[in-house]
Amino acid sequence: MNHWLAISGMMLLTVLIRASFLVFGQRLAFPDWLNRALHYVPPAVLSALVVPMALAPAGTVDISLQNAYLPGIIVAALVAWKSGKTLLAIVISFVVYGLWRWGFVPG
Amino acid sequence: MSQQTCSSRRALLLEGVRDTVPMLVGAAPFGVIFGTLAIAAGLSSATAIGMSVLVFAGSSQFIGVSLIGAGTALPVLWLTTFVVNLRHALYSATLLPFARDWSLAWRWPLAFWLTDETFAVVEHRFRTKGAQGGQWYWLGSSLAMYGNWLLWTVVGVSLGQSLPGLANLGLDFAMGATFAAIVAPQLKRRPALGAAVAAGVVAMLGRGLPYKLDLMLAALAGVTSGLLLEGLAGRKEQST
Repeated sequence: MNHWLAISGMMLLTVLIRASFLVFGQRLAFPDWLNRALHYVPPAVLSALVVPMALAPAGTVDISLQNAYLPGIIVAALVAWKSGKTLLAIVISFVVYGLWRWGFVPG
Repeated sequence: MSQQTCSSRRALLLEGVRDTVPMLVGAAPFGVIFGTLAIAAGLSSATAIGMSVLVFAGSSQFIGVSLIGAGTALPVLWLTTFVVNLRHALYSATLLPFARDWSLAWRWPLAFWLTDETFAVVEHRFRTKGAQGGQWYWLGSSLAMYGNWLLWTVVGVSLGQSLPGLANLGLDFAMGATFAAIVAPQLKRRPALGAAVAAGVVAMLGRGLPYKLDLMLAALAGVTSGLLLEGLAGRKEQST
């Protein structure tokens, strides 16, 4: 894949969305349902990315001691949920992930 | 231009910077993690930094890098970027009434720099203190966020390069843990939790669909569920 092409497209879309009302302004209207729907986009997209990483890191469902992703990601979510500190959650989850691999995953 | 307006412009600019400082601290670790992951996902340092310079949108940069690393087709990458960034249109609409009379030379660059953080700072200021001379305040907030993001991206990129084994040391895991840590605090309201669960279930069921359609379907299912649950909660409130 051409990374610069990918980035150019991302840039164009991002700036056009941000400029939508500010630059092209008054003529656009935002229906109320879309307004509310947008709040759910980040949790939906992020969960759609995270859940398969946790439950099926290699493509097939793996709920066993060998899957260190599952406890690691659960810990990341719990710590962030409790403390609200993203970086702390990532660091602690990395420790759990590392220890789990060391303890349960052969090789 | 008189001396006085010149110094009041500088004062407004600096106030914008000052009010954005807490946001800078919050964004810094994400800049570092982004730079590190971008290198581990196979971007060159130029493209990794280029993404921060040109796109300047944290969450879609993270998701973009993970999709690029997985070899996703361009239309899917772009569609995801579009969906993830759509909330910025809302910010754009909210700030328009204040910016209506400013020239395009102001509105284009301020739009380019419109992040979640700058929106929060600027919207609060305009709502409580009015938008008089506000473009300088907004510019100050924007430049602070932009400079901060570029600085920490560069730090992350050099970290990623000095640890070339990082890709094997659980890049996938770092990505997953980051996403989980970002999403978890957003799930305290029940409709958001429902959106996350629905999206997660559909993503599991749809694994392996071509063009990452699973991601789009899951996002759609999540947003729909969130809206439905919100509607139900609203109705219950009205009836009690």
